[in-house]
Amino acid sequence: MNAAPDLNTSPRNEFQHRHAAHCESGVMANLLSHHGLALSEAMAFGLASALAFAYIPFVKLGGLPLIAYRMPPKAIIKGLSKRLGLRMRFETFRSPAAGQARLDALLAQGRPVGLQTSVFWLPYFPEDMRFHFNAHNLLVYGKDGGAYRISDPVFETPVSCAAADLQKARFAKGALAPKGLLYFPERPPATVDLAPLALNAIRRNAKAMLAPFPLVGCKGIAYMAKRIAQLKAGEHEAESLRFIGHVVRMQEEIGTGGAGFRFLYASFLQEAAELTGRAELSVASRELTAIGDHWREFALAAALMVRGRKPFAPAALAESLKGIAEAERGLFGGLAKLA
Amino acid sequence: MRIEDVPQEGNDTLGGLRKAQYAVDENGQYRLVTSAGWEVEQTVTRQALDHLEHLAAEARDRALRGEASPLEYHMYRRRMDLALLAQTTGLFQWRIRRHFDARRFAGLGPALLERYAEALGLNPAELSRLD
Repeated sequence: MNAAPDLNTSPRNEFQHRHAAHCESGVMANLLSHHGLALSEAMAFGLASALAFAYIPFVKLGGLPLIAYRMPPKAIIKGLSKRLGLRMRFETFRSPAAGQARLDALLAQGRPVGLQTSVFWLPYFPEDMRFHFNAHNLLVYGKDGGAYRISDPVFETPVSCAAADLQKARFAKGALAPKGLLYFPERPPATVDLAPLALNAIRRNAKAMLAPFPLVGCKGIAYMAKRIAQLKAGEHEAESLRFIGHVVRMQEEIGTGGAGFRFLYASFLQEAAELTGRAELSVASRELTAIGDHWREFALAAALMVRGRKPFAPAALAESLKGIAEAERGLFGGLAKLA
Repeated sequence: MRIEDVPQEGNDTLGGLRKAQYAVDENGQYRLVTSAGWEVEQTVTRQALDHLEHLAAEARDRALRGEASPLEYHMYRRRMDLALLAQTTGLFQWRIRRHFDARRFAGLGPALLERYAEALGLNPAELSRLD
């Protein structure tokens, strides 16, 4: 339970907040950078092989299927830890009081602490963005009286949150309940050569995108295209449009960096190209940028239909997604064979 | 996406929050830029909120007519559905559904009311009101 001594002896440097596209990769990049391993958000995301696609019809959110463009929550923290050989400590709590006491004790040691929280109970979030999503990540780096100083990576600047509100967010119940989860590195990250790690992470991610299961990766995108093709204009149209809108929300709302993480991953591929001197990764980055632009065109077309500015045309949307699935299959087919 | 194509038209649902977005500069180099918001996102976020507000308004009407308890209204107003309220309170869905009945709800004891109030972030007195 005690702090690792090597972390305690390191000088207390002021915590640096950096804005990020995604909460989990942002938290990990900022946390590791604080402990001396300078890492961009894109590098944290890429090294964790976090890009994905999944269409899970039997898990419902407000009656709509679960659609994800990245690996499940905590996959970035765990994937990155494995790849970098970090020792992260995770703690959950039965009692909210114990959870708060532990957080305060860690802050008193001068450590920034990662937390999993609900979005709904965080008052600093825009009112219209407060949905019941329980796998948000943020860093706490200080406490002033009754309020915590928080580095929430999806915000431009640090924010403040009253202790009672943060407690409610940490101990929210329901799917993916955080149970007060907090995490921090037990020892400072070792300096590592990122180039070979990046290549391994890319191959692994490409293989996952090509997985032979109908609901995930490129096949999952093609499957979603088929489901959309089955919708009919004029028949249960409000319901169909709610489904289409849901697809776009999961793709574009806060936390994706645009085009369902495709631009974030393209940025990682570019950084990996510089790191390894492998020109084919620059090419892959440009290809993925173009694919991301297609995702954005799909989102725009769908939104026009949701607003009634264009007639509902499920076949056209499905066609667009089929093209994207095909393009991603080509790209990741190449990356999986990366020497 | 190029930096000049990053949407800056604003998005009411972000309440002034600016998002981080990855885009390429004139040399093809990726940069993190801030976006004031995209109309597309506003459309789909608004659509999801409108749906929940619609469900809440319907539940409120039912409660005003005495056909339902205020519980269902508060559930939707808190952006929950039956499945989520069940997980949050630890009660079975069928049991909660019974409490959507105005008469049964009026007879609830303080312990259950407290449980609902806690899950919804309200105080027990607010739970019986319709504002």
